[in-house]
Amino acid sequence: MSVDGHLEALRREGRIVIVGASLAGLRAAETLRAEGFTGTLTLVGDEPHEPYDRPPLSKQVLLGKVPADHTRLPRRRPIDAQWRLGSAATGLDLAARRVRLADGDTLDYDRLLIATGVRARPWPHELEAELDGVFVLRTQDDAARLHHRLAAGPRRVLVIGAGFTGSEIASACREREVPVTVAERAAAPLVGALGGVVGEVAAELQRAHGVDLRCGVLVTGLEGDSAGRVRKAHFSDGSAVEADIVVVALGATRNTEWLADSGLGAGPRGIACDAGCRAFDVRGIVTDDVFVAGDVARSPHPLFGYQFLSLEHWGNAVAQAEVAAHNMVSASAERRPHLWMPSFWSAQFGVNIKSVGVPPMADQILVSQGSLAEHRFTAAYGYQGRVIAAVTFDQAKWLDFYERQIEQAAPFPPEFTTVDRRPEGHQPVSAGFPDPSQPTHGPTVTLSGYSPTDRRVSFTPRRA
Amino acid sequence: MTSVALLGQILDYANRPDPYPLYAELRRTPVVRDESGPYLVSTYWEIKGLLHDPRVSSDARNLTPDAAAAVGHEQDPDLPPSFLLLDPPEHDRLRRLAMRPFGPPHTPRRVFEMHGELAGIVSGLIDGLRGRDTVDLVDDVSYPFPVTVICRILGVPREDESHFHEWADTIAAGLDPIGTAEERAAMAQAVRQARADLARYLAELIEERRRAPRDDMLSAMATEHGPDGQLSPVEMITTSVLLLIAGHETTVNLITNGMLTLLRNPDVLKRLRGEPGLVVPLVEELLRFEPPVQMLPQRTTLADIDIAGTVIPQGAPLFLMVASGNRDPQRFTDPDRFVPDRPDNEHLGFGHGLHSCFGAPLARLEAQLALTELVRRLDAPQLVEDPPPYRQNAVLRGPRHLPLTIGGVRD
Ligand SMILES: Cc1cc2nc3c(=O)[nH]c(=O)nc-3n(C[C@H](O)[C@H](O)[C@H](O)COP(=O)(O)OP(=O)(O)OC[C@H]3O[C@@H](n4cnc5c(N)ncnc54)[C@H](O)[C@@H]3O)c2cc1C
Repeated sequence: MSVDGHLEALRREGRIVIVGASLAGLRAAETLRAEGFTGTLTLVGDEPHEPYDRPPLSKQVLLGKVPADHTRLPRRRPIDAQWRLGSAATGLDLAARRVRLADGDTLDYDRLLIATGVRARPWPHELEAELDGVFVLRTQDDAARLHHRLAAGPRRVLVIGAGFTGSEIASACREREVPVTVAERAAAPLVGALGGVVGEVAAELQRAHGVDLRCGVLVTGLEGDSAGRVRKAHFSDGSAVEADIVVVALGATRNTEWLADSGLGAGPRGIACDAGCRAFDVRGIVTDDVFVAGDVARSPHPLFGYQFLSLEHWGNAVAQAEVAAHNMVSASAERRPHLWMPSFWSAQFGVNIKSVGVPPMADQILVSQGSLAEHRFTAAYGYQGRVIAAVTFDQAKWLDFYERQIEQAAPFPPEFTTVDRRPEGHQPVSAGFPDPSQPTHGPTVTLSGYSPTDRRVSFTPRRA
Repeated sequence: MTSVALLGQILDYANRPDPYPLYAELRRTPVVRDESGPYLVSTYWEIKGLLHDPRVSSDARNLTPDAAAAVGHEQDPDLPPSFLLLDPPEHDRLRRLAMRPFGPPHTPRRVFEMHGELAGIVSGLIDGLRGRDTVDLVDDVSYPFPVTVICRILGVPREDESHFHEWADTIAAGLDPIGTAEERAAMAQAVRQARADLARYLAELIEERRRAPRDDMLSAMATEHGPDGQLSPVEMITTSVLLLIAGHETTVNLITNGMLTLLRNPDVLKRLRGEPGLVVPLVEELLRFEPPVQMLPQRTTLADIDIAGTVIPQGAPLFLMVASGNRDPQRFTDPDRFVPDRPDNEHLGFGHGLHSCFGAPLARLEAQLALTELVRRLDAPQLVEDPPPYRQNAVLRGPRHLPLTIGGVRD
């Protein structure tokens, strides 16, 4: 059969299996149907719920504004899929093109999409992690439980880890007027993602809102009462805090264990794939029928020196799912690269934080508009003399401009005058990222690999 | 460097009914210097880019002196500019303070809660058309409706409208970049006078509201304190002048253009009658197709900006031709067709970025209500003349009158 004929048959009556029934999985399924795929589509998800949205879980849900089970993702179109919810995929046979499920069933596929995302890293001491009142926050069920306990009026909440999730949880606690302590290993909150300069602003925000913020400390142990309820946490500086809720927000682990013996290049840092979302096998050879998207994927980005980026960003999951789905049912000449500009948002302590590009790659930062002291600013991040990222606090309207600057590899520090440039906007300073060789609890972006050449790719996003 | 002589033609009153072919010509060079001085930007992506570009200023004090003289931007020595003509951080503070009593985050439900009241005003105006077989949509509905609304919101007595109507018109006319140096000087003089008169009027009103507050924006501005403090007395005046004018001179065009477009597209009008929900995307399409604000002529550059093959030098006057961007075929398929349920319609009708229309949610609601009610209640409306007579303004473009014959008014 000709290649074209083969593709035609695949599009008409092929079997596509998607493992991971969340944001990336759902958007990919919808895109497949939108692209005209009429074959069998199976969505496998280990959670019992239909695909739901996670960002509200640490925001509106904890505030009680939206019930945890009301964050179902809106559907863009009917997908006419076979749903296998509540059943985990436990194995993959690459040669036989078959997925094994926990209940013993198997699913044969012509194309497979892996979108198993990440899970919250649990508290490392198992017995302490099992104490009543110790939580993580990743799923709808996690959010429902945590909200329930917050609503009961705890005496104090301890949040371990001041990344985005931890900071948002602390913010929700303060909005509910619940006393909260935040313990962070680094010198300030959000340092892994945004660097020390912006981290200082985040620290000020937390303190201004009454958070008992403790930086540069480790939580060394959790202590329970006789009934097995958590009551106290001990810190590396010798101090302790009484808390009846402890939320462990130490970043995430990729859901790749089920692929351990599959021969796919899957490990703790995710599944590496090419810019067309095709997974690499353990030999570093790209597969042609296994695709990856969302939080579990790592893919090379031309704009950032072809480094393999893993991005735990909502927008990335959507964009990558769309590209993967398109490429799954397209001839090679029709395939598209996933060239998404990394971007994400966060809402905490009344501030809207947005980021584009890859801040942790930066060595320097310049507050190009507004002022850190007012907690309202735009900061440009520079790496080797070019603009690599930008972050806004309550100034999202400027972000589009900086996004173009990143795409055009514009020089850093920016040479031009802008509106709202303050004295602090005249001199770049060190961005203050921790030494990458030091372990942290997981910045939003991990970088690895080397640029194949020094050349820059001109990156023009599809318009319209 | 290429330059064109299109601005004169666009401003020429003879082209008011249909400036769109001129915009199409303009788009052949996305960024170009007009003979008369300003740089005209006419394509969607370039306009949008500049609306988000922090090197672009709305503060005329950043024009080079020559440029300022050439486009007739003169500072009013008596009254500072409103936030429309300021940059951050002043702009942001003033806009936040003005937003406090009007919209989110502090007053998120204000516009939403006015729904019933607005519907009542429109139906009252339409009731008034009973027994007539010709009406002037502008004088009978599209002007009085938003004016009544903005008066209520601000807390300006509707009865005083006869005073400030003319001031408002003069100030609005002042937005047009016009002809000779003498004409510009005369216009500037008239605008200054009108602003001073309106300012005096509003100052008295604000003082009254400060002493005896009511449930309106002037009272809120005069009495409430937020995290940004309070507007100064002069800022209260410039802000309320701005809101009063904006509430007066723009939505009237949106409603009139809407009815005119519907009467030119009877199949759409018929569809809207049977499908009132269509009005939501329809008003967006209207904002794209016939935007009440055709161009933004009050920007300048803080640095040389290299864009679409042209370098706009620092301090040059910059006109963003949003009505042209809205018809850019690179962005909108079939841009010259009115498609009431056009998908992916991110038009420039309310601008974009920092200065995007303050009153947008209100204008949307007013146009949606007015058009659904007009279409539902007017029997057999027909245009008396097409094109109708236009107002002089090229920036705030719209018919001065829209005479219609009607077969009757339904309940
Ligand atoms: C509390 C919270 C707040 C967030 N806030 C923001 C924000 O403000 N901005 C932002 O940009 N991003 C935010 N994110 C990140 C965003 O939600 C993720 O980027 C997005 O959910 C990724 O989608 P995904 O489909 O790739 O992975 P996931 O949503 O993690 O979905 C993966 C799914 O696969 C399932 N699965 C795993 N293993 C298996 C298996 N073996 N078999 C079957 N199913 C399996 C998982 O249970 C899960 O349902 C937030 C995340 C959380 C948890």
